[in-house]
Amino acid sequence: MSISILDVKPVFLFSDILIYILVASLGLFFYQLMRNPLSRARWRGVFQSAAGMAAFVVICFYVLVALLDSIHYREPLPILENQTEVHYSQEIRSALDLIFVGVHKRSEKTYSSPFSLQLFTKENMQDENDNLYRDYPMLKHAGQHLSSPAEQGQDVVNKSLLALLVGLLISAVFVGSHMLWRKIKKPTTELPWWSAYLTATVLVLAGSWAIGLSQYYHIAGTNIVGVDVFYQSIKAIRTGVLIGTLATLLTLPIAIVLGISAGYFRGWVDDAVQYIYTTLSSIPGILLIAASVLLIDVYIELHPESFSLGAVRADFKFLALCFILGMTSWTGLCRLLRAETLKVSQLDYVQAAHAFGVSNLRVIFKHILPNVTHIILIAMVLDFSVFVLAEAVLSYIGVGVDPSMASWGNMINEARSELSRDPVVWWPVLSAFVLMFVLVLAANVFSDRVRDAFDPRFGKG
Amino acid sequence: MFAYIVRRALYAIPILIGVNILTFALFFMVNTPDQMARVQLGDKHISEEAVEQWKQQRGYDKPLFLNTEENSQGLITDTIFYQKSFNLFLMEFGRSDAGRMIGADIQQRMWPSLALAIPTFIIGIAVNIVFALFVVMFRATAIDTAALILCVALLSISAIFYILGGQYFIAKLWHWVPISGYLPGFEAWRFLILPVAIGVVSGIGGGTRLYRTLFLEEANKDYVRTARAKGVSETKVLFKHVLPNGLIPILTSVVVVIPSLFMGSLLMESFFGIPGLGSYTLDAIQAQDFAIVRSMVFLGSVLYILGLILTDISYTLVDPRVRLS
Repeated sequence: MSISILDVKPVFLFSDILIYILVASLGLFFYQLMRNPLSRARWRGVFQSAAGMAAFVVICFYVLVALLDSIHYREPLPILENQTEVHYSQEIRSALDLIFVGVHKRSEKTYSSPFSLQLFTKENMQDENDNLYRDYPMLKHAGQHLSSPAEQGQDVVNKSLLALLVGLLISAVFVGSHMLWRKIKKPTTELPWWSAYLTATVLVLAGSWAIGLSQYYHIAGTNIVGVDVFYQSIKAIRTGVLIGTLATLLTLPIAIVLGISAGYFRGWVDDAVQYIYTTLSSIPGILLIAASVLLIDVYIELHPESFSLGAVRADFKFLALCFILGMTSWTGLCRLLRAETLKVSQLDYVQAAHAFGVSNLRVIFKHILPNVTHIILIAMVLDFSVFVLAEAVLSYIGVGVDPSMASWGNMINEARSELSRDPVVWWPVLSAFVLMFVLVLAANVFSDRVRDAFDPRFGKG
Repeated sequence: MFAYIVRRALYAIPILIGVNILTFALFFMVNTPDQMARVQLGDKHISEEAVEQWKQQRGYDKPLFLNTEENSQGLITDTIFYQKSFNLFLMEFGRSDAGRMIGADIQQRMWPSLALAIPTFIIGIAVNIVFALFVVMFRATAIDTAALILCVALLSISAIFYILGGQYFIAKLWHWVPISGYLPGFEAWRFLILPVAIGVVSGIGGGTRLYRTLFLEEANKDYVRTARAKGVSETKVLFKHVLPNGLIPILTSVVVVIPSLFMGSLLMESFFGIPGLGSYTLDAIQAQDFAIVRSMVFLGSVLYILGLILTDISYTLVDPRVRLS
């Protein structure tokens, strides 16, 4: 009996559900922002710079990969005789694995360098005449289609050209249809679309090249247990993007509620809020995070029955980490919001609203909140890259995401001990570095643009 | 001034009590000593006696707040809260879960931490100021734009990559300095030079960009424009007006971290094998030694509050318009 893709069992991890809710609510938030003509003009300011446009496209690509990687399912196991119901594999796969067409199944024994056909370490082997010798064994999966290793150079060039051609076609379709749409709709403002086209084309080309070639080779080598490093670092995108967005969004409610009420109501509310955030921010952040994560670890260890699937356990720990990061990092935004609310609530029209007997809640929602939105927005985009970077450090310290979860921090951590090896195993670090750098750089460039556009103080600097 | 400092110090007490209660709640109420013992002993089917013994050895076998079995004084003092949390106010850290005296460890390990943190701090600020001033000198030119792009790029690299890169190229490939390790006394410089350099370089992106903004703000002020209009040369404007006045916000903003230099750097010290307080804390986290983590949380909070007080004092010292009241 054959198994088709339709037989799979969908799996919804908590973080999957959260990421979809998040994307939907972010979409709603931006839709609301776009309806306001003033903020629409500011957003136009963000996208009028070529750098801001390019950074946005890069971030969109990362988010897209993260979303694809959040559609999880379990494959059914082959049905044995006398078996009535279908059993499912313990491993959880995602839609991203479909694009990679089974790279996860092509694991080697241990390290191999990028594009190599051999393992990185020598092993004892036997030839046909039972003579023992020591050499680098051939890889099980890379370059299997080659008839001799000498063809590899030509083959890589051929395959690259083919993959780039496919990539060019894909991006031509996208860019072309968007250009057509612009031709028909004739938008009033001209944005630097060429920057978006260029970035998207480069990303699509890089993606199709990497995916195309990773069908035949390990383009970024393999790690200590033989997993393809490129695949691993792409899987880590979901972790990075999620930790950035989730932790950022978790800081918002508490910072907004406390910050605005402190600035608006003053008096003892203000004293209490100030006390809370001074206390919390006086604790060294990394220690507070580490202590909280250790406590979560203890909880998981003592309740093994709730976490039967490895992925569920990793997911719980991951959400807990996001929650902890959020709970320990809201103080900065809270302080800013308090100061701004103090200022805004002195404005004449707010005083007028009071005089007319408008209720506090209504004043906050109608007058205060819209006037501090830019601060919230700037803090959101600034925090994102901070959290992505923090993940790597926390994983290194040993209080980051679960070691079974693909993350850049875990990759660096694993590879760290190998840097003292001779010759050096450099590819996991490089791979993590490149993907992380591109995301953080894009986030930083984008947040700069957002700050320039939304913060009146930065205007034309 | 003196009265102000005393008042600020008194104001620190409720905050430290808050820190103390928070850590106490985290370490003893969310997770009971029983659970800690089980995790530390590492066995799923551990006997009750072993848990009790572990708790007794470390003094975790007492009630949390009130010891009803004791008479008047012991009612409060012979409890976990008093012995483990309150004693921190007296800077008595007690023993770690592994049985070592935490106070002695801290005294011994703060020197390597300081030997690394102080040079990194001072050289880092100096380098950033020089770079920022250089960029401001060429403001609104291609050099300015290029420097800004470079800053954002440098800022986007995780500190870990700076360390790994530095260790790999400078120590391993070129053999200029040892990869890691430490020697007491003056011999330490050979081991410190690379971590200090990496610490400085990894801070350049953020520091230069921030200081550039501060200098630019100063350079756009009216009195600077007046000076330029009078015909004062650009170099003189920069060094006589912009630099001294721009230094004020820079210096007052870095004062807050000075006391925290004691705590050392978790990453640097563990990567370079420097036996300071940073690696001490990291080892404790990895060994799940809650007694040390608790002590370091408290020490860190005290130092941070000290930094806030120093910041306020430094404002009055550099700017006579600010009066403390």
